[in-house]
Amino acid sequence: MVEAQKYFKFDWITIFLFFLLVGFGWLNIISASHSGETIDYFDFSQPYGKQLLFIFLTIGLIIILLAIESKFYERFSSVIYIISMLSLAGLFIFGKNVNGATSWYDIGGMTLQPSEFAKAATALAVAKYISDLNTDIKRIKDQISVLAIVAIPAILVLLQKDAGSTLVYGCFIFILYREGVSAAYLLITLSIIILSLLSIKFGVLATSIVMVIIVLTHHYTRKRKPLIIQPISIILLSIMIGYGVKYFYDDLLPAHQKDRITIWLSLEKDPEKLERMKKTIAYNLNESERAISSGGLTGKGFLEGTRTTGKFVPEQHTDYIFSTVGEEWGFVGSAFVVILFVLLLMRILHLAELQKSQFSRVYGYSVAAIIFMHFLINIGMVMGLIPTIGIPLPLFSYGGSGLFGFTILLFIFIKLDSDRINQW
Amino acid sequence: MRQLLLFIIIGITGITFIGRLFYLQIYSSGDENLYDDNAIRKVYDYPKRGFVYDRNGNLLVDNQPSYDVMFIPREVKPLDTLDFCKLLKITKEDFIEIYNKAYAYSPRLPSVFIPQLTKEDYAALQEKMRKFEGFYIQKRSLRHYQTTIGANVLGDIGEVNDAIIEKNPYYKMGDLIGKQGVEISYEEILRGVKGIKFIQKDRFNRDLGPYKNGIYDTLPKQGKDITITIDAKLQEYGELLMQHKRGGIVAIDPSSGEILLMVTAPSYNPNLLVGRARSKNFTKLYNDSIAKPLFDRGLKAQYAPGSPFKVLNALIGLQEKVVTTEDQFSCRMGYYLGSRRLTGCHAHSSPLSMNDGIAQSCNAYFANVYRRIVDNYDDPAEGVDVWSNHVKSFGLGNYLGYDLKIGNKGRIPDGDFYNKWYPDFNWGSPTTISNSIGQGEVETTPIQLANMMAAIANRGYYYTPHIIKKIEGQTIDKKFTTPNYTTIDKENFEPVVQGMFDVYNKGTASTLQVPDIEICGKTGTAENFMKINGVTTQLTDHSIFVAFAPKDNPKIALAVFVENGYWGSRFAGKIASLIIEKYIKGEITRTDLEDWILRYSLEHEYEKPYSGQPFGINRNSTLEMVDETEYNRLKEQLKHLSS
Repeated sequence: MVEAQKYFKFDWITIFLFFLLVGFGWLNIISASHSGETIDYFDFSQPYGKQLLFIFLTIGLIIILLAIESKFYERFSSVIYIISMLSLAGLFIFGKNVNGATSWYDIGGMTLQPSEFAKAATALAVAKYISDLNTDIKRIKDQISVLAIVAIPAILVLLQKDAGSTLVYGCFIFILYREGVSAAYLLITLSIIILSLLSIKFGVLATSIVMVIIVLTHHYTRKRKPLIIQPISIILLSIMIGYGVKYFYDDLLPAHQKDRITIWLSLEKDPEKLERMKKTIAYNLNESERAISSGGLTGKGFLEGTRTTGKFVPEQHTDYIFSTVGEEWGFVGSAFVVILFVLLLMRILHLAELQKSQFSRVYGYSVAAIIFMHFLINIGMVMGLIPTIGIPLPLFSYGGSGLFGFTILLFIFIKLDSDRINQW
Repeated sequence: MRQLLLFIIIGITGITFIGRLFYLQIYSSGDENLYDDNAIRKVYDYPKRGFVYDRNGNLLVDNQPSYDVMFIPREVKPLDTLDFCKLLKITKEDFIEIYNKAYAYSPRLPSVFIPQLTKEDYAALQEKMRKFEGFYIQKRSLRHYQTTIGANVLGDIGEVNDAIIEKNPYYKMGDLIGKQGVEISYEEILRGVKGIKFIQKDRFNRDLGPYKNGIYDTLPKQGKDITITIDAKLQEYGELLMQHKRGGIVAIDPSSGEILLMVTAPSYNPNLLVGRARSKNFTKLYNDSIAKPLFDRGLKAQYAPGSPFKVLNALIGLQEKVVTTEDQFSCRMGYYLGSRRLTGCHAHSSPLSMNDGIAQSCNAYFANVYRRIVDNYDDPAEGVDVWSNHVKSFGLGNYLGYDLKIGNKGRIPDGDFYNKWYPDFNWGSPTTISNSIGQGEVETTPIQLANMMAAIANRGYYYTPHIIKKIEGQTIDKKFTTPNYTTIDKENFEPVVQGMFDVYNKGTASTLQVPDIEICGKTGTAENFMKINGVTTQLTDHSIFVAFAPKDNPKIALAVFVENGYWGSRFAGKIASLIIEKYIKGEITRTDLEDWILRYSLEHEYEKPYSGQPFGINRNSTLEMVDETEYNRLKEQLKHLSS
């Protein structure tokens, strides 16, 4: 009786949404990766067959995750974090290079991507640190500590040329804000992003002039004026940032990343060059948008997508899986997927807010924020809303490491949540 | 606020994504059509284009294979360019230019290297083809003309242009479509429907196999053969007679409206507009702005008809009961109003009744008839309207509705026309007296005149002239088998027909009689002008002749018009008699007329305006013969024709 009650404490809504996404994702992986007329679902040499195997393994993984005592996760978070960081660092020695990124271990033909697991580990470590009784997140010292916890994996993956994953770690700013850090951090981050984009798009000079006008207007309309040094230093700082970003963009950024931003900001005006870019650097994006666009309202139907069948979109079963949804399931199916993700994220956030222990709450928040970053970057990229950044769509994209990583991330939280009555 | 921020951001992201999806999938796309999908290769299977036969079942147009040399730039391996260019009859520079152009278009897609090789060139190339990697031969079908005549009727096909592709999605770049003649009139029947295969391809443009196992694929539907109303032998004869002349002949079978021949001169060999040479030759023909070989004079030449028009006034006079066959009018070398001569006339006995009025083509007689028709009403506009409506019932003044795509409306004035012309309304029958003799504002085309003859031959009705006789497994348009009635009662035709018969018997065409055939005809002479260096200059009159035969149960009605041939029976009348004899008897007894026509040329007449010298016309122009070799050539052609 006690046992039975325990099961019902799991949040079945989240679990349901999880399996819906994984299942629908698998259908799309079939479409994106099948090559012949007949589809043997258990052909493990094919991505869709492998993915099916991963899904079965996931079920086992879930059972294990839910069986483990929830205290274990809190108590061993530091150990888990350290092991995870070591596995990331180990890539520099034992890593296997795939497509220019050394993000994989090759263990007897099976590849493993430790960065997919590092996210959960980092979330655990951050939750542990913030929830520590000795931590006051409003203190600079503690803020720096949290920053360090997040920065270590972020820098490690960046060094392994996985810029997309680095960006994901930026999501911890939402958690810090939720836990009481000053809103100024968010505002400054946002300002720097906007300032950078404006400098690239319209040039540093134009951006600086606008900045000067805004800051001075603000200064002279204030009732209680601070020293003039304040607005002046803001202006100087933003001009420095502007030039810094411009320099970084022009001279330091690798060419392919620069081109992605160039296309995103519509900086290339030469139609001939643009046409050439569409065939090279923007090829994926162009084909992906066209595939999505061709789906129309209801799509071409399962396995009927001509662009998907013709493999017009490279990497379609991994990062570009959403374009398959767009082509074969149309607006209806794509909007459905977007809504599923939004529901899942909001459900997790809602549950996080219900947690009595700070550890669980911070962890839950991290889960939502990490999945959200993936969702935002991946679908935004596939539809051309943000520049091309290689990052999988959680639960949807093909890949064992990714699926296991997100399963671990999510189901630790489901386990923590199921125990919230005992959380004291 | 701290708890809500991420909630709000997630919500906004969701809404933004759905908005973007809406834009991509609904606003800017809609469902993709299989034809527009560039992941699907469309391979067309072209059907056989229908053959064209003449009314006697002689094959006129069929198809011939042609061979395009195709290539895929990326797959071209180093080759013996010298040998290759020699086989294709191009220079090395051509080779490089074609190659570079195609490479710039796409290195991966097939391009045409040389289109439409002849069979001979193909044979020479084929043996060595394996030496030229990256090149291959694509067969397609071109028209093949079994004859050298009738270019204006048979027309031609050519590559479809962008405007049509945009209007009609059936046609794709490089498809062939009817450009002139029956090819354009019966395009959809002749061409059939092409079949299509949908093939799934991948992003490297490789075929992956039939799309959905080919369930959307269609088989081509063969084009249907058609039989046209033209009598090829007669057409050839007509074209031969018109050598060294300019003008048109249209002959119609009055009992059916079938067009028996339709000659325009000068013309060209239809084989000129086939294949690789088409565009070059077409440009050459198109740019000949003096002889205008592409201008179909039978359908488009719009002139004052002159005297043939008089017979209509006789018919209208009888129908309106303003004149009887017995009424006589005097002629003093013209028609006078008071002391002013409105129109001149030639020497003949006077006064004349209707029969002689027609036979002698008396201007004064018809001036009187016309004035009675119009003055029968108080208002001249009303009178001219009544007159105009009668005339129009013969198919004049508007498109006839025949099944060829070109033509002219001609012009038949009505009361409104003159009210606009004379804004003070100060006009009447004398002002418009030229209408009585087919000059002035009246204008017609040769096919309209031939049709008018058919209506008279039938004593009051005509079938819309048409070129189509039979379509394989299909009936022809009903409008071609429904008679159109004129506003003239049947009994009023007899005296007029008799008058036209007497034109041959004792009148202006008495020298053109053909033994054993009762021909009814009417001569005509039309003044014409041309601007030379800005000065309107009169040229030698056009020679016009209309006729039908036999008088009872007519089998042929025709109009002949020879530019600058002077009076009606001089050129046009002779040609008309010969055509009639040829059609009805199948052989010529009036070989004297035939010889005359073959021997005399009007080329010198056509050169006059361009000579830069002053020149004489009509009375002051001379006849010139073709030289002996040319005459023998024409005789040879004639012999070949009759065998």
